[in-house]
Amino acid sequence: MSAKILIVAEHDGKKLNPSTAKCVTCARTLAGAQVTVAVLAAEAAPVASQAAQLSGVDRVVTVENPANLHALAAVLAPQVVALAAPFDIVLGPSTTFGKDLMARVAGLLEAPQVSDIMAIESAGRFRRPIYAGNAILTVEKAGEGKVVGTVRIASFEAAASGNSAAPIEKSTVSVTLPTHTRFISVSAAKSDRPDLQTAARVVSGGRALGSADGFKILYSLADRMGAAVGASRAAVDAGYAPNEMQVGQTGKIISPELYVAVGISGAIQHLTGIKDARTIVAINKDGEAPIFEVADFGLVGDLFQIIPEIERLIS
Amino acid sequence: MKRILVGIKRVVDYNVRIRVRPDGSGVVTDGVKMSINPFDEIALEEALRIKERGGAEEVVVATVGPADCQQQLRTALAMGADRALHVQADGVLEPLTVARALLQLIEREQPLLVILGKQAIDDDNGQTGQVLAALWNRPQATYASKLELTGETARVTREVDAGLETLEIDLPAVITTDLRLNEPRYVKLPDIMKAKKKPLDTFTLAALGVEPRQQLKLVRFEPPPQRQKGIRVKDAAELVDALKKKGLL
Ligand SMILES: Cc1cc2nc3c(=O)[nH]c(=O)nc-3n(C[C@H](O)[C@H](O)[C@H](O)COP(=O)(O)OP(=O)(O)OC[C@H]3O[C@@H](n4cnc5c(N)ncnc54)[C@H](O)[C@@H]3O)c2cc1C
Ligand SMILES: Cc1cc2nc3c(=O)[nH]c(=O)nc-3n(C[C@H](O)[C@H](O)[C@H](O)COP(=O)(O)OP(=O)(O)OC[C@H]3O[C@@H](n4cnc5c(N)ncnc54)[C@H](O)[C@@H]3O)c2cc1C
Repeated sequence: MSAKILIVAEHDGKKLNPSTAKCVTCARTLAGAQVTVAVLAAEAAPVASQAAQLSGVDRVVTVENPANLHALAAVLAPQVVALAAPFDIVLGPSTTFGKDLMARVAGLLEAPQVSDIMAIESAGRFRRPIYAGNAILTVEKAGEGKVVGTVRIASFEAAASGNSAAPIEKSTVSVTLPTHTRFISVSAAKSDRPDLQTAARVVSGGRALGSADGFKILYSLADRMGAAVGASRAAVDAGYAPNEMQVGQTGKIISPELYVAVGISGAIQHLTGIKDARTIVAINKDGEAPIFEVADFGLVGDLFQIIPEIERLIS
Repeated sequence: MKRILVGIKRVVDYNVRIRVRPDGSGVVTDGVKMSINPFDEIALEEALRIKERGGAEEVVVATVGPADCQQQLRTALAMGADRALHVQADGVLEPLTVARALLQLIEREQPLLVILGKQAIDDDNGQTGQVLAALWNRPQATYASKLELTGETARVTREVDAGLETLEIDLPAVITTDLRLNEPRYVKLPDIMKAKKKPLDTFTLAALGVEPRQQLKLVRFEPPPQRQKGIRVKDAAELVDALKKKGLL
């Protein structure tokens, strides 16, 4: 029997977030899966056509409603539930969007949720990290009924965007939407640097940078390398970097080709966020720092000398 | 009475190095230090601050779990909670079961606000707050880094992937905490003594009419794959060379 999988698309009203293409790859690892992407939006057309071009997508359904202008979990969840009826597995990305929404969907369905899926072994069997990635747990659905899941996006490549397009169907769901939750604003520091979650190269700084000003040497190096900039929790807590830059168990889980940890000690909560980085470089003045245990290349020394020197060497 | 209900989960302390049992049946928890989930300490701290500002009259902490969890409830009482509720339950508790039990407590206590952690650092599910809000049919504001109560509503700033999002929600509602909401206070010795006299009520899941259901079987625990040990380079030039050779620069 082939599993029917519904993926809830993440987008900003114009562009499909790359996390959705990773959910498609995850769903496709299940042989014979039928993959439908749901686009809930105020105006769905631009996002729906991007979703339809992803290879591995069989069908796109759209639900248009002015209330869907901003992604509010309480508003989206009943609509996802209405769409979910014919599906066996309902997936979203393990991003703040998906984590917020999918567990509410699971609650409404009273269905089990598997968080941070890193592998699908069968239609009812999944692998996921627990304890900040210090153990991997295999879980299996015990009864009949649906499973809800969030996909650990660092575990999957994005599905390619092809030239063929899957059919797009408009759906109307008749559910009353709550008005108890209202969007006020979102503030995002605009930067021209690559997105931390999808960047091929990331340079991250820790407490050792000492100030927001201290981070400037990292921005400068990152721009030279075409890299995104990340930070440890200590650096974010101290106000050296904004919260969206935090990498780790409670920040972003990333899988760049190259991760450069600068003045970061390597606490397990931080390492959880970079387990899937292809190559890790550690720069730290303490040769005993735990970051060196996971680093492919370690350099012991003062970052304030080393970082400008690297920048000089590559310019 | 204006009341805040706070979820407290007993977890393996975040400083403990986690080891998977050789037979794959779980992680080693014998003799391991247990603590309040760090996000729940933040939840409690926020509730106490709201009360101290006059925004609430009572802070009630609740846990669902085996008898040992009472240690963490006592710690919460020592931090400043007024009362504790212990729902006794053994075995694997899925978020749906925990949320059902918390919903029963909500019906008894009629809180203005329920504050949970955004995730428990053991199972890392990050589900319970949202599941509870869904069952309760009330607003949720997850990953809160700032919370302002204004009468019938709350303004919550949330840490989202894009940056900071602000929502307005009607009360009562469920909030889940992020790391930067506050810095929890330390427990003082005299408060530990005082906490022993504070009320701690126990219930069973059955008495609350909640049947624990296990919808996911835990098949196998494994240690994560280890990274290959790397090399030390002597200076910036050697590092840049090595990265260039791998095509990374
Ligand atoms: C529930 C919970 C969740 C958490 N989640 C996260 C998370 O998501 N992400 C995260 O990062 N952390 C997280 N943490 C925090 C984590 O435990 C560490 O405290 C944090 O990662 C430390 O940050 P750091 O490495 O920048 O600072 P430190 O541990 O202070 O390390 C600074 C390092 O800089 C080095 N250094 C100092 N000066 C120099 C110099 N001039 N040149 C070179 N090196 C220098 C030092 O040798 C040291 O190794 C969490 C903690 C808890 C309890
Ligand atoms: C090793 C292990 C792995 C497990 N894996 C899964 C799994 O994959 N899927 C699954 O559904 N279940 C799983 N369980 C069940 C599990 O027992 C969890 O306790 C339950 O799912 C709650 O999830 P969480 O603790 O991750 O809560 P989260 O949803 O991460 O917790 C968020 C917040 O909810 C509140 N909260 C959570 N539990 C309690 C509680 N008992 N009492 C009071 N407040 C609470 C706290 O405020 C907490 O900060 C697992 C259990 C074990 C022992």
